[in-house]
Formats: sequence, C-alpha cells, structure tokens
Amino acid sequence: MANVAIEAAAARPAYGSMSKDRRWALRWSYFFLVLFAIFFLMPPIYMLITSLKTSQEISAAGNPWWIYNPTLANYIELLTQNHYLTFFRNSAIVSVCVVAITMLISVIAAFALARMKFWGSATLATGVFLTYLIPETLLFIPLFKMFAWVNETFDIQLMNHWWTLIILYPSLTVPFATWIMIGYFASIPKELDEAALIDGATWMQTLTKIFIPVALPGIIAATIFTFTVSWAQFLYPLAFTTSTTELVLPVGIITTLIKGDVFNWGQIMTGALLGAAPPLIIYAFLMDYYIAGLTAGATKG
Amino acid sequence: MADIAAPSSIAAMGDSRSSLHKLMQRKSTVAFLMALPLILLITILVAYPAGYAVYLATLNKGMTRFVGFGNFEFLFGRDTFWLVVYQSCLFAITAVIFKALIGFVVAHFVHNIPSKGQRKWRGMLLVPWVIPPAMSTLAWLWLFDPSYSAINYLLQPLGIDRIPWTGEAGWARFSVILVNVWIGSPFFMIMYLAALKSVPEQLYEAAAIDGATWWQRIWYVTLPMMRNIIAITALFSLIVTFANFDIVRVLTAGGPLNSTHIFGTWAFRVGIEGGDIPLGASVSLFMVPILAVAAAFILRDITKRGSEV
Repeated sequence: MANVAIEAAAARPAYGSMSKDRRWALRWSYFFLVLFAIFFLMPPIYMLITSLKTSQEISAAGNPWWIYNPTLANYIELLTQNHYLTFFRNSAIVSVCVVAITMLISVIAAFALARMKFWGSATLATGVFLTYLIPETLLFIPLFKMFAWVNETFDIQLMNHWWTLIILYPSLTVPFATWIMIGYFASIPKELDEAALIDGATWMQTLTKIFIPVALPGIIAATIFTFTVSWAQFLYPLAFTTSTTELVLPVGIITTLIKGDVFNWGQIMTGALLGAAPPLIIYAFLMDYYIAGLTAGATKG
Repeated sequence: MADIAAPSSIAAMGDSRSSLHKLMQRKSTVAFLMALPLILLITILVAYPAGYAVYLATLNKGMTRFVGFGNFEFLFGRDTFWLVVYQSCLFAITAVIFKALIGFVVAHFVHNIPSKGQRKWRGMLLVPWVIPPAMSTLAWLWLFDPSYSAINYLLQPLGIDRIPWTGEAGWARFSVILVNVWIGSPFFMIMYLAALKSVPEQLYEAAAIDGATWWQRIWYVTLPMMRNIIAITALFSLIVTFANFDIVRVLTAGGPLNSTHIFGTWAFRVGIEGGDIPLGASVSLFMVPILAVAAAFILRDITKRGSEV
C-alpha cells in the first residue's frame, strides 16, 4: 500500500511534464506536417493553377502562383479536341480490360496456389513473387523484337495498336495481384472451405461462394492497384505505340501537346490534371482499401 | 436421420482409399488448370523475354551474327556507359535513402497527432504516390521551367539566384532525385506508419520509466521493432528506383549531355530510338545483378517469416 502511494505521488509531477512535452511535440508535429503537405501537394496545386490560366498570363512576368483572369478555356479546348478524347477512351478501355483479365486470372490462380496444393505450387508462388520484381525496363527490348517476330511469322501486327497493351499490361499486374490474393486467401480459416467441401460444394463453388465474398477487401485492393498501374504505365505505350489514334493518356499528352520546343503549358497541365483525375477520384473514395493493398504487398508473406 | 446417414458413411469408408486417391489426383489437376493462365502469362511475357534479352545481347547490331561478349566490351570502352552506371547508382541509392528518411520522419509526425486527424493527413500526404508519375513529372518539369520557374520565383525573395534545375548536369541530377523522392516517400510513410502502429505501447512506457530520451526511444525501441519492414521497403524501393524510367524520361530525357541517363532510359535511347536492339538489351541487362541481390534478400526475409508463422 505504501509503495502504491509513493508511486502515485511520484507519478503526478512526471505526468505534468509529460503532457507539456506532448503538447510541444504535437505543435511541432503539426508544423512539420504542414511543411511536408505543402511540399507534397505543390505540384498538383500548381497544375490546377496553371490549367486555369490563359497562355498570355502564363507567359507574363507576374506572380506564377496567382490567377489573375481565371478561365476554363484550356479545359474546353482540350475536351473538344478529338485527340485528347481518343487518348482518354484508349486509356479507359485498356485499363478496364486489364483489370477484368487480371482479376480473373489472379483470383483463380491464387485460389489454386493457396488452397489446392499441386506439384510445384510452392515454387510457383515464389516464382510469381519474383516475376513481380522484374521491371518492365528489362523486358521492353526483347518484347519489341518478339513483336517483330510475331508479325513475320503469323502476319499479326502487334506494334502500334492500343489493344496490344491489353495483352501486355497483365504481365505487370497479374503477379502482384496474385501475390496479394494468395496472402488474403491464406488468412481465411481452413475450416471454412472444409465445411463447404463436406457439404458437397465443388472447388469452384467454394471459390465463388466463400473465398471471394470473404476476401472481398483484398479483391478491391488488388483491383485498385491493377487499375492504377495500367492507367499510369508509360514505358510500354511509349515503346509500342506511335500513331496519335493509338496512344494512351500519359504518352498522348507528352507527344501531342509538346510540339517541338513549343510547350503549351496551360493545356499540358490541364491534360495531366484530367489524366490524373481517375486514380485520384478512386483513391479519394476507396483510400482504406488502397492503403490496405499497399501494405499487404510487402508485409503479407 | 442418423440411421440413414450411418450406412452411407460406412459405404464411403470402404472404398475411401481409391476414391480419395482419385480425388486428390483430380484436385491437383484442376488446381494446375486453374493456375495455367498465370503460368502461360508469366512464361510468355516475362520469363521468355528475360531469357531472350540475354540472347539478344550476344548479337551484332543487324542481329545476324553471334558476337559473344562483343556488345559488353563495346560498352566498357565507352565513357557514356560509365556515366550511366555512376548515375544509376547515385540516383537509386540517394533517392532510396532520402525516401526512407523522409518517410520515417513524416510517419512519426502523423503517428504523433491524435488518431482522429491521422486519416486526413495520411490521405493528403499519399497524393504524390497516386498521381501517375508521368503526369506529376510534367508538373515538376513546368515548375522547373528555365524561364518561368515557379520555384525560382519563390526562392528569389530569399536571395537565391535563378537555379538551372534541368539545365546543368549537377542540378539536373539533383532534380531527378528530388522528383523521385517526392513520388516515393509517401509509400515509405504509409509502410512505416503501419509498422509504428504495431509497436506495443508498453515498450515505450517501459522506456519512459527507465528515463529514456526521445532519441533513445527511437534508437532502442522503434528501430529494432521496425527493422524488418524498413529493410524490405528499402529493398523494394531500390529495385523500383533502379529500374525507373518515367521520371528521367519526362524530366530530362537523359540530358544535359547524358548526365542523367539511367539504365532504363539509356537502353530505350540506344535500343528503340537508336535502333541497336542488341546493345539496348545489353545495357538493360546491367540492372540484373543489383535486382538479383535485392530480390534474394527480400525472398530470404519472406521465406523466413513464412516459416515463423
């Protein structure tokens, strides 16, 4: 009893100083968070500022951080221009198709790898992870040559078509999506699918009736990831598509809005901002899934 | 009910050996078929091209003749190649270190504030990671514009003269690293924040009772607890940064005078734009050793943790 009283007495002043420390720590935290937020949000904000200016104002000597005559001319011009809408459409079709293909392949494969062990399945799971680590900068040159070979042998021209990207992108998204899904499926208790199998469910029914509903957060996270990757991919479209009708957004903005040395910054920023909008909107609404997917990739294992 | 169930289960027991065997066989076949699209995809679009790159690297420019290590010998004799090696290492290592540092610091600040506001801050600070890199790099390119640089405008009152962000070799190197850090550090922040949340609060209380300063708390409690996640995030990022393409391509396109080229962008310049596919393949193959080492470490960590669980 005496001990307790002494401890309590000793603790009181200590608590007082700790809370004072805490208050200062809190103030400093907010101060630095504001600084970092300014650093992290400066480019997108500047995109928005520039997109609302006329080209005269952009090349004027005034304060670049202030809009004197706000205008939507850049948006109107860009959205009535056929090129930009074509890029947007190409990007949208490619991304949606890639998401569908990726989720179909990876959910089924992850289920097979996580639950229905077969000869070499453990090796394959490791292989899937290793494939995820192979960057596209290593693969685009051999792929370039392979496309030429396909053209010679089967007379199918893969080069310079936006639909080629639908075939290519899954090689970037499927390994990671499968890896996430293996992690999520492995965390589902075995009793659940055993119960289903005893009740006479087939493997397909176990997958669609139990695994997919239970692992839905993981599926959403993998879907968001796949969409973001295929929307942002830059190297493959740059290497494999050239005609303006076949370009996707990131490459389209850079190759058509920059004419030689003439940078039409108002339109470039507008195009970039609108191009960044779909991932940002998805992120705004599904932030928690997004972050869950991000951390699952490296921590699940 | 029990009467009806019993005989059927006994009957099932009778031939369970053969039917179970059959079931297992069928199960593994079905599983293999389910994984087949994945296997095909990886084989055709990743494994085969990776091997094909090695073969391509041994051909001459017209791809008609086997030249063995000829392309590599040619590369070793070129100054630009060594410049690219130097810049790739400088770029990747510096960027990863700064990403890790900023991510660690920002994660602490977010962790410090009341949990009610954390979600909002976290959401705001992750924005650079969400914007497609090619598009956010365009914004940086505009911020760095030689004649209308909005950053130089802000620095002017501080007495800093016009900085040639992408015009001079040293500054251009700094710029590509800066943009990479800007895009990548939110990822570290998120990973470290998740790791910070998993450190038991009791450890800090114990440290506080023992009279540990904030520095000692970070050094002896936080860092050891986060060691794994720090290592794996840094290795992941090292791979991605080393193999980067978008940022350098959009911001400087390798210039001025090839000073910011890294393996990916130079391989593109040589292989696709220069039309020398074998040489481009050889350049990109130089990424493999570093990628392999990083991948081996990551894999070791993952299998270790897998066996612990």
